[in-house]
Amino acid sequence: MSIPSRRAKDRIVTALLYSLMAAVILLLAGVLAFIVKNGLSALSWDFLTQPPRDAMTRGGIYTPLIGSIQLIAVAMAFAFPVGVLTAVYLVEWARDGLFTRTLRLAVRSLAGVPSVVFGLFGLSFFVVVLGFGASLLSAGLTLGCLVLPVIVGASEAALSAVPRDYRDASYAMGATKWQTIRKVVLPAAFPSILTGAILAVGRVAGETAPIIFTGAAFFTPRVARSLLEPVMALPYHILVLATAGTAIDETRPIQYGTVLVLLVLVLGVTLVGVLFRAKLRMEKRR
Amino acid sequence: MTPKIKIQTTAMDLWYDQFQALKAIDIAIPERAVTAFIGPSGCGKSSFLRCLNRMNDFIPAARVDGQVLLDGRNIYGAGEDVIALRRQVGMVFQRPNPFPASIWDNVAYGPRLHGITNRRTLEGIVEGSLRGAALWDEVKDKLRSPALSLSGGQQQRLCIARAIAVEPEVLLMDEPTSALDPMATARIEELVRILKEHFTVAIVTHNMQQAARISDETAFFLNGEIVETGPTQRLFTSPRDGRTEDYITGRFG
Amino acid sequence: MKDLNVRQTIDAELEDLRRSLLSLAGQAGQAVKNGLWALCNQDRILAREVIDGDDRLDRQTLEIDDKCLLFIARFQPMAQDLRTVSAISHMAVDLERIGDLGVNVAKFAVKLAGKPFVKPLVDLPRMGELFQEMLDGTMRAFINGDVDEAKGACALDDDIDDLERQVFREMLLMMMENPRIIEEGTALITVARTLERAADHVTNLAERVLYAITGEVASASSFRRPRGSRDDDGR
Repeated sequence: MSIPSRRAKDRIVTALLYSLMAAVILLLAGVLAFIVKNGLSALSWDFLTQPPRDAMTRGGIYTPLIGSIQLIAVAMAFAFPVGVLTAVYLVEWARDGLFTRTLRLAVRSLAGVPSVVFGLFGLSFFVVVLGFGASLLSAGLTLGCLVLPVIVGASEAALSAVPRDYRDASYAMGATKWQTIRKVVLPAAFPSILTGAILAVGRVAGETAPIIFTGAAFFTPRVARSLLEPVMALPYHILVLATAGTAIDETRPIQYGTVLVLLVLVLGVTLVGVLFRAKLRMEKRR
Repeated sequence: MTPKIKIQTTAMDLWYDQFQALKAIDIAIPERAVTAFIGPSGCGKSSFLRCLNRMNDFIPAARVDGQVLLDGRNIYGAGEDVIALRRQVGMVFQRPNPFPASIWDNVAYGPRLHGITNRRTLEGIVEGSLRGAALWDEVKDKLRSPALSLSGGQQQRLCIARAIAVEPEVLLMDEPTSALDPMATARIEELVRILKEHFTVAIVTHNMQQAARISDETAFFLNGEIVETGPTQRLFTSPRDGRTEDYITGRFG
Repeated sequence: MKDLNVRQTIDAELEDLRRSLLSLAGQAGQAVKNGLWALCNQDRILAREVIDGDDRLDRQTLEIDDKCLLFIARFQPMAQDLRTVSAISHMAVDLERIGDLGVNVAKFAVKLAGKPFVKPLVDLPRMGELFQEMLDGTMRAFINGDVDEAKGACALDDDIDDLERQVFREMLLMMMENPRIIEEGTALITVARTLERAADHVTNLAERVLYAITGEVASASSFRRPRGSRDDDGR
């Protein structure tokens, strides 16, 4: 092929990639702008601090907002330690065998299961079998199961990426395996594990299907005060307002406002995580 | 006066599954002296070093036959506490591998492992170890800085400080200067000369001149066997075995 | 594909060093030989040549020394290579001294030229031949790595020592009988002593050669008659 034609081809591909990227950015910006434009008018201090009133046609979103935060907390409190420890087992202890491979396969498959299936599982297992009822606990644990593969996968990758050198150095000083993992391997892998956790929070905050059957309430007059009470959650609240309300058109601003708050919540959690990770990395490098 | 023997191996074999990596290794490593292991790549010298603090235990298929006596005790004997052994026989690796933490935390890591929590005691150990590794003056004002901000040569001396912080008796060094520039290498070599006043040093090196410069005894490994051992001075001027001669004059390897 | 010969450069450099040393040995030997020939044949011109040639010998010695240092700096030799270079460096110094001794003999040749011989010179040429044989043998041993030849060369030193003592006794007797020949007599004694010292330097060379070959420190005396049977003058 001649040099000019190769050059032309290169230009075409470059132009194509740039326009694709521009399209994606425009699309995202469009969605964001649309939400902000429609939702901003609804936002106020009262909107954030007042519970919904008058059959949810007025008032704020205090209850679902706190409910979502509670769900995130329960889900992560379950999924983070379990996920990380599973990964530690897989990376540090498990020998390559049938059991390990099955376990890995199971974790990978879990990631591909539709979220509604988790909802049904949560309903039958947490709500019915364990008798937690439709509650914050059941919904949180279900969400935890949903993001477990994300955390396990990210943690496994992070742990495997810790250089063998660090382990060698630790063992060579007479450290036990657990000391080595706790004091060297986990700290070194922590920033990357955090990345997985951040992604998981995003999913937990946004999912609707798993919580409908397990603990998300159509309406509760107040914030859940125990793990066994049902909670309202932002995504389900949006669904309810948009489909089941008595005055769907009247509540449009509230719907968009809620969407905007959910978006900000997810972005906010992500941002905090990213900043924290950056700080950790800074401390370790220079 | 013959020096005391710190480590003595007798008919030591190392197997990886069906592959015999080391054959009938008999060697005496004198106390408070530097013993160098030289030989071409893959001759087993690094594997041998790792047998001396049982770092090969991590390779599931590795098996050691014969005896490795440390102060007369077989470290492969029943009831040997590997954790205690590694505290007694420290190791420094080919690439500087400080933990991604502060200089202070790196040096304090080992003592903390072994249960030292008193702040003042730790301060003393950190300073003493850094002095012992000739790094104190360079880092005393930035002990809280990340270890990874140090230069390669400083990192390697930090690793030496970290290793000696648990007060080992033997220091194994696996090509400790192969990733360093000449000046940093020279500093490590000078340090090794000082270290041998307190420690028994066993060092693997690809650099024959380095072995000649810093060691008292040298062992030449070839294909998993020891071809020749002897005082460094003699081995490098008048090797007895033709294969040693050929290797150190660059005829192979 | 042919293997890269990693020894090529180092071997070529060593060969060059050996060649330089051989050349120096040839000239140092020639200085002694010519000096002695000039003495025996009253050849002033040849004697002058020997004396003038000393500068070149000194220069070559320095050159070899330079080359040895450069070789060590460039290759950091070990084992046999190291011993060979060390031997060459030391041997060059001994050869330079042998050259100086040749010059000393040549100076006597100049001094004695034109004067009648006090006696026919038999033992001195014989010493010269033995010296040459020792030197040639030692250098051959060096080039061929032949231990036995080096030891054999050392053994000749005994014969040279015997001849030196013979010359000494003979001249002493003649000088006692005829004090007028004391000047010539002492000159010849000195020449004999000079040749004996040149041969001693050759035994040094042989020791270096043996060390280069075997790596063991050898003393030339161990290849010669036991000390007790030699009426050594203790020097």
